Amino acid sequence: MKLSDKEKAMQAGEFGPACQWAIDHQTQVGRMFDAEDMVEVSQAHMMADPESLGDAGVSFVEGIAQNGAKVAIPMITDPRGVDLTYYDPLGQTEEMANLERRFIAACTSMGIMMTDTCINYQTIMPPVRGDHVAYGDTGVVIYSNSVCGARSNFEGGPSALAAGLTGRTPRYGLHLDEHRRATKRFVVQTQPKDLMDWGVLGATIGRKSGSYWEVPVIEGIEKPPTSDEIKHMGAAMASYGSTPLFHVAGITPECSTLADVKGEGLEPEIVSKEDIADLYRPFGAKGEVVDVVVFAAPQLSLVEMGQVAALCKGRHRSETTDLIVCTPAQVYVDAKRMGFIDAIEGFGGKVLTGTCFYQQYAREIGEANGWKRLLSNSAKIVNILGGYGYQPALASMEDCVASAEKGWIV
Amino acid sequence: MPLELKCHVGIGPTVRGKALVADDNFSARYDLDRIKGVFSRPQHKLVGQSYRDVILVLNTAKGGVATAWMLHEMAARNIAPKAILFNSANTILAQGAALADMAMCDRFADGDVTQLIETGDDVQVDPAAGIVTVMNKALA
Repeated sequence: MKLSDKEKAMQAGEFGPACQWAIDHQTQVGRMFDAEDMVEVSQAHMMADPESLGDAGVSFVEGIAQNGAKVAIPMITDPRGVDLTYYDPLGQTEEMANLERRFIAACTSMGIMMTDTCINYQTIMPPVRGDHVAYGDTGVVIYSNSVCGARSNFEGGPSALAAGLTGRTPRYGLHLDEHRRATKRFVVQTQPKDLMDWGVLGATIGRKSGSYWEVPVIEGIEKPPTSDEIKHMGAAMASYGSTPLFHVAGITPECSTLADVKGEGLEPEIVSKEDIADLYRPFGAKGEVVDVVVFAAPQLSLVEMGQVAALCKGRHRSETTDLIVCTPAQVYVDAKRMGFIDAIEGFGGKVLTGTCFYQQYAREIGEANGWKRLLSNSAKIVNILGGYGYQPALASMEDCVASAEKGWIV
Repeated sequence: MPLELKCHVGIGPTVRGKALVADDNFSARYDLDRIKGVFSRPQHKLVGQSYRDVILVLNTAKGGVATAWMLHEMAARNIAPKAILFNSANTILAQGAALADMAMCDRFADGDVTQLIETGDDVQVDPAAGIVTVMNKALA
């Protein structure tokens, strides 16, 4: 890789051991993906929950932070794994909370802003078209690339941290024009009606795309989705397909026409009703008892909080079914002020702040609370939680709340 | 006679071990019980099988970014594969391999690596050279 004088100085240790580790890590990864040089980035966003980090990861970050290491650019964080105001009732241990505390202390000492959100594009500072960034959380990356027109690869926690320290990232993948062109063309026949439908559509296209290096272009969407709708579509697509970028013809910024993304020569593939039904089928469980209803993945926007609150108002959950809602601190404050939190908690639900359910030691909290059958409107979360011992099911937001009220899936 | 397979230059040290192969994809968060060291996702083709100290051979990555930290955490507890070979890695897996100092290679010149290598084969992985060698085939 061709490095600038400043990058060579980082490599030589002139910017300290943290920066030296960071540039070494970046050049290893860059070489694997044939990066020719580095590109400066304006922001970094790090996913790092304590379940993923473990003691080894937290100790590693503490080691990076010692000796006064500081990030070189604005750097923010993905949801935490422990809501430090509510972990014992959830069945999380003091050991888990201590890992979280140690990690937060290390990050704060480096100047990292603990935003703890996977919807920073709705709450903090969305990137703009052409903006090179180093984001973690696949949902953040796919939204930023596709809807904002920014440029980021999936940057796992270590690489996002490296980018924060050096202010750059290897120039490969989605930073390059040639990897942003469409490689698969899908035609949608059925218009999604709600957030769950958008997620299921995204999951279907992600599964058909099947690789990080495929870029789907989608035709047939009749009207622009809302930010929450396209958020669910992107998050599910990234979850099922490891897909970091999609285009929607006539809607997303790099694709006014198919020709803009070199999509006109691609063979169109129909996304049929049967395809959608195939995706949904394993998650249908009408009539079965439900242990926990979860609204998360991605964290809820203020608009979604208002929608859940309106459905909860004047009702109460079944004694045998819990309701968990995850939202970032930025949203929580407004949701509290507007009465949404009170409505959800009046229903018997619990709103967790700055966390996301599947990043919260999902296996351990499931076992501690006896949660097996889980219901959500998030196509992403039901894809993840099978491996954690849950029996996940999908329903609309309305049916999720109604199921929590009845104690079985309506 | 050893069979030499060329691939793209990868990440990590040269290692040797027994292959565990499936035409399936991979995410440490979605697919593994990392405490027990086994595949736990019911739909995964390797469900129930131990990944400890094997040369894992799979199609591609899926899902989220957590795997980048998780490979490091798994390696620190010595309950990790020795290497992972993919037809096509994604960025997260490569980043995780770099942090964990785990061998990882992808893009094989001779075709689908999940067909070229069989479970039980004795395999050596040399990421710096971009060469994977099947030293001995598994006994039938």
